[in-house]
Amino acid sequence: MTAERFDHPDVVICPGGPLLLRGEHLVADADGRMHRTTRPVSAVCRCGKSADQPWCDGTHKVLPDKQKP
Amino acid sequence: MRVPKARGELSEALTAAMQAETTGTTDAAAAWSRAHTAEATDDADRHLALWTMYELAYRGFDDVDEALEWHPELLALRRSLEQGFERELREWFSPPELDEPFGDALFALIEGVDGVSLASFVQREATVEQTMELLRYRTIYHLKEADPTAWVVPRLTTGPKAALMELQYDEYGCGDPNRLHSHLFVRGLDAAGLRSDYGAYVDDVPVEVLVQNNAMSLFGLHRRLRGAALGHLAAFEATSSMPSRRMAQGLDRLGLPAEMIAYYDEHVEADAVHEQLAVRTICAALVEEEPAQAAEVAFGALTCLGLEDRFARRMLAEWGAE
Ligand code: FES
Ligand SMILES: [Fe+2]
Ligand SMILES: [Fe+2]
Repeated sequence: MTAERFDHPDVVICPGGPLLLRGEHLVADADGRMHRTTRPVSAVCRCGKSADQPWCDGTHKVLPDKQKP
Repeated sequence: MRVPKARGELSEALTAAMQAETTGTTDAAAAWSRAHTAEATDDADRHLALWTMYELAYRGFDDVDEALEWHPELLALRRSLEQGFERELREWFSPPELDEPFGDALFALIEGVDGVSLASFVQREATVEQTMELLRYRTIYHLKEADPTAWVVPRLTTGPKAALMELQYDEYGCGDPNRLHSHLFVRGLDAAGLRSDYGAYVDDVPVEVLVQNNAMSLFGLHRRLRGAALGHLAAFEATSSMPSRRMAQGLDRLGLPAEMIAYYDEHVEADAVHEQLAVRTICAALVEEEPAQAAEVAFGALTCLGLEDRFARRMLAEWGAE
């Protein structure tokens, strides 16, 4: 028996939602401000509508389909 | 914590049996036979009895012998209450078949449930008194936040197991006790002048809170219900970010302490991550390995949302705010 290899990407694009980042990163927001990740996995906003930039705050879920990333 | 105040014949008989076993001063066999034949006075009585028996698996009671957790008489009584409870849940929350891809379908199922939101009420119109009441009731879960789901870990195969731990690690503060989510809530309670000792408000909570808590313990304690446990987790996480923002805004509007606001702020950000993990990596991985669990995941998700809706309706009715 051989051990299975699992996909475990560092960056995951969630359909219609954020981009997940695994591990420690320094993220520059749209205004060039720096934000260090603080958790094992972080969600970076892709829709531009989060009130907690650069992080996702779930707002993408209430956007009309056309505006979802 | 001490054993909660009995709410009827059944919880009273259970308390008496546990006491008899603990102190050895009264006839334990007679006490158990009374507990087995006692009719629950009402739902609150039945769910308090179940809650009390479950609690032996978490933190126990200062006035009960901890060996009772695995006492055959107690387990027999627990099992009979669980069977009735699970039957009810399956009747109330029977899930539709989910399409592919599973992650999108699960998100859609959760978004399609239009439950009443206590967070919206707190955000806009709750009084300080109502909000403090809600916070007291939330202690029953938030002080054991993530614990019922931790039981699921050893029951999973490699993929979903690693995925669940990735989420749980964050709930448990990534190893830093100061960041443990239940501890953030303790800090909020202390700052708000509420009691933060475990189980402090169990005598005050409405039956709907006991039911919510019991559903999580039922799912967590039975390997057979691992799919429901993870579906419950997914629904919980996927309905947390935006409501947590509303809670934070409501607490701020009412001038409640920064520490309590911080608990909800943390959940805006954390649960935007956790919902993706719970739905896409945890539940999807489980269903990929065990396709038969898809319906169980959906059942668990609907249970989570349905029971929160019942609690919310009860509170709004009590506050005359429907
Ligand atoms: S991607 Fe979630 S709020 Fe923008
Ligand atoms: Fe949490
Ligand atoms: Fe979470």
